[in-house]
Amino acid sequence: MNWFGKLDWSAVPLDQPIPLMASSVTGGGIVAVLFYAWRRGWWPYLWREWITSVDHKRIGVMYILLALVMLLRGFADAIMMRSQQSLATHGALGYLPPEHYNQIFSAHGTIMIFFGAMPFIIGLMNYIVPLQLGVRDVAFPTLNSVGFWLTASGALLVNISLVVGEFARTGWLPYPPLSELAYSPGVGVDYYLWALQIAGVGTLITGINLVTTILKMRAPGMSYMRMSMFCWTSMASSLLIVAAFPILTATLAMLTLDRYAGFHFFTNEAGGNPMMFVNLIWAWGHPEVYILVLPAFGIFSEIFSTFSRKPLFGYRSMVMATMFICIVSFFVWAHHFFTMGADADVNGFFGIATSIIAVGTGVKVYNWIFTMYGGRVHFQVPMLWALGFVVTFVIGGMTGVLLAVPPADFVLHNSMFLVAHFHNVIIGGVLFGAFAGYEYWFPKAFGFRLHEGWGKAAFWLTITGFFVTFMPLYAAGLEGMTRRLQHIDNPAWDKWVMLAGLGTIIIALGAVSQIVQLVVSIRMRDQLRDVTGDPWDGRSLEWVTPSPPPSFNFPVLHDVHGEEAYWSIKQAAIAQQRLPDEPDYESIEMPRNSSTGFVTAFFTSFMGFALIWHIWWMVALGFVGAYATFAVFAWRDHDKYEVPAEEVARVDRARRAARNAEWLAAQGKPA
Amino acid sequence: MAGRAGEAGVSSAATTPSGISAANRQRDPYRIGHDRHAHRDGGARGHGEGGPAPKRVIVGFGFWIFLLSDIVMFAGFFAAYAVLAGSTAGGPSGRDLFDLQRVAIQTGCLLASSFTCGLSYVAATRRNQLQVQLWLLVTGLLGLAFVTLELIEFVEMMMQGAGPDRSAFLSAFFALVGCHGLHVTLGGLWLLTMMAQIWVKGFRPRIMRRFLCFNLFWHALDIIWVALFTIVYLLGAGM
Repeated sequence: MNWFGKLDWSAVPLDQPIPLMASSVTGGGIVAVLFYAWRRGWWPYLWREWITSVDHKRIGVMYILLALVMLLRGFADAIMMRSQQSLATHGALGYLPPEHYNQIFSAHGTIMIFFGAMPFIIGLMNYIVPLQLGVRDVAFPTLNSVGFWLTASGALLVNISLVVGEFARTGWLPYPPLSELAYSPGVGVDYYLWALQIAGVGTLITGINLVTTILKMRAPGMSYMRMSMFCWTSMASSLLIVAAFPILTATLAMLTLDRYAGFHFFTNEAGGNPMMFVNLIWAWGHPEVYILVLPAFGIFSEIFSTFSRKPLFGYRSMVMATMFICIVSFFVWAHHFFTMGADADVNGFFGIATSIIAVGTGVKVYNWIFTMYGGRVHFQVPMLWALGFVVTFVIGGMTGVLLAVPPADFVLHNSMFLVAHFHNVIIGGVLFGAFAGYEYWFPKAFGFRLHEGWGKAAFWLTITGFFVTFMPLYAAGLEGMTRRLQHIDNPAWDKWVMLAGLGTIIIALGAVSQIVQLVVSIRMRDQLRDVTGDPWDGRSLEWVTPSPPPSFNFPVLHDVHGEEAYWSIKQAAIAQQRLPDEPDYESIEMPRNSSTGFVTAFFTSFMGFALIWHIWWMVALGFVGAYATFAVFAWRDHDKYEVPAEEVARVDRARRAARNAEWLAAQGKPA
Repeated sequence: MAGRAGEAGVSSAATTPSGISAANRQRDPYRIGHDRHAHRDGGARGHGEGGPAPKRVIVGFGFWIFLLSDIVMFAGFFAAYAVLAGSTAGGPSGRDLFDLQRVAIQTGCLLASSFTCGLSYVAATRRNQLQVQLWLLVTGLLGLAFVTLELIEFVEMMMQGAGPDRSAFLSAFFALVGCHGLHVTLGGLWLLTMMAQIWVKGFRPRIMRRFLCFNLFWHALDIIWVALFTIVYLLGAGM
């Protein structure tokens, strides 16, 4: 009997220099960072204040940190793909063998969507939604931590596949029968399945948490039609998570049963139906697109309004459009496989539904433009990302409507035109939105702004690089180039591929600028300090509290009197030339930190790894460990600690003093 | 400005020992239609109304959302079953395999267990430790009987060569019914943990909230079984 299942030394790719080098550099980097933290004596602090934290703000920051690292990882894959295609022309073979190239494009898509975009968006929602609702935390703080660590556990498994074994070669969605055991006998697809299953549970937990928070926990007076736009889009996105992610869970479970237990859901033989997988996965996959982009729409709405110094134009129509998209997103999934062989009526229905969903987005675009109209527009970095988004996203939307026409899709499906389209909307929509939110809310999270010059450099390089990369790919797609080519046989496509390679270099410079911006900003933090908690002249409740906010968010819960909760408070204070009276401070109970999330994810990671390699005793051990962790958590008696009233008063008085000093200075009076 | 301190969502009632009857009185500020004279914006008028709901409401609501997501997952398996029900690949169909008598006993066990589960909650509202433990034990035994009968069915089918690898229909059948059985089994694990907790910790608000969630879970398993019984067994035995 083999104690380690399918695992042995042949799983480590000693004969392949590229993954080995990449993984040793990454692994070395991680070890170096951990060692540095140990030398500086940071571990107790990290454990107490971050790893075991159940504070939605800390968890949000950790989500975004994970996302940034994984975005870099996914971008490294992108650079390899673009450079491989640029090199492998005129009969040259490039430097990536096909079986490795296949893993790279599969890993690129999987990582970017599940471990780059999702954690970034979820991190921003986690950080901002409770602040905008005017409450102290999410509905279930400890579960929030569990959700984050499960996502991290999934990310860990994907990265382990770099060193131990292989990753899937089946694309970011493993279509059967290729992904069945008969055609993918290795562990690549199993890595994919278990990493996503674990991360998916984490995402579902977050979705449930945010829906409950938004529907049941809001500041007094914060009715639905007074919530900020970002809260609305976060709610729509969370509802989609709750309704769509279980479909992914079920679908991946079916493929898992096929591969592990000889079931016949999607096999060619014994009555299995591979097209059912495609239907099921896109019944999750299309709502997933909106799970990502709706919160980004919310971020842009906040930014257009703040930087135009105007209320959002057409707030109610924006809410309607959001919920319209939320519902219709479940009626368009078949446009991902018009060529499957459904009859014209089916394709017609889904084509029309797809075109109709663009109406909702169109309403939003006009609302954003009208928000700027007549406003005093400030072109700071978040606003640049927002403007870049509108231009880019409209182009991506138009090619999307083109692809929604079934006859056109028969020509364009599986081509580079499609690749250009979805990068156009995901980079232009989700990634620009995530970067805009990062620039916009960074001062709130850390108490100092990001450097303006480097931010502008990052923006201009990224958007230029984006257009130089993907516009040629549209052209290549129209000329018949299919996606996922390891080498280029048709000389007519060479120029497009070369241009795209050049564009990738420009995007890389943008990414470098963004890293430099962070480093420079940290070094210059004293000059960039945000003392009032309101660096952009904001309009919603997150700006009423100090930057960074105290663990309890608000010294007292605000009583909301209208739309734009903070704006009315601020205007009243300006009109009366003084801050509202100091409230009576009371002590606040907050949830205690808990290692439940980290320990559960620790066991779950082992369980996932063991399932991938068929190490059944370790599976049992992981399950018992995870269950025991929950039982221990359920057993504890003291789950709260008290923040004394003096501490609450101290925090609020410091903010009031800063705010007063700034106003007096602005009016030329001595503080 | 009227400020409100105190941890979001915990009202004083949740911390008093008087327990569930007080907890039942906790009002959900966002209950639909709770204030007929409210402003059209869902009731909040900016006079300090609303605010975070009590902890019991939040926990119950959140668990309902989880149950809905679980039902969506079952919907995926139901859909797969509906697509593959006819794909027997020359193998046995539901008519050849299903023993409706046993399934009827299973159904009886599960429905009865839901009833006893409800009784245990009633006993908990009366703070009767012995009755709670007794009814939970009965619930667990009925659940065990259900799972055992299901396992016997599975083993019998596999002995006849009608395992999940025989045809797509059987794959979908085993996955759907097995997923429900797995839920009942994990529910049993939760039930044992719950019994121990109530025994050791008594009827604290935290435990009572969790007990409420357990009840919701157990009843939801019933709802799914009713759909499963109808669509898989009744329709299947007739086809």
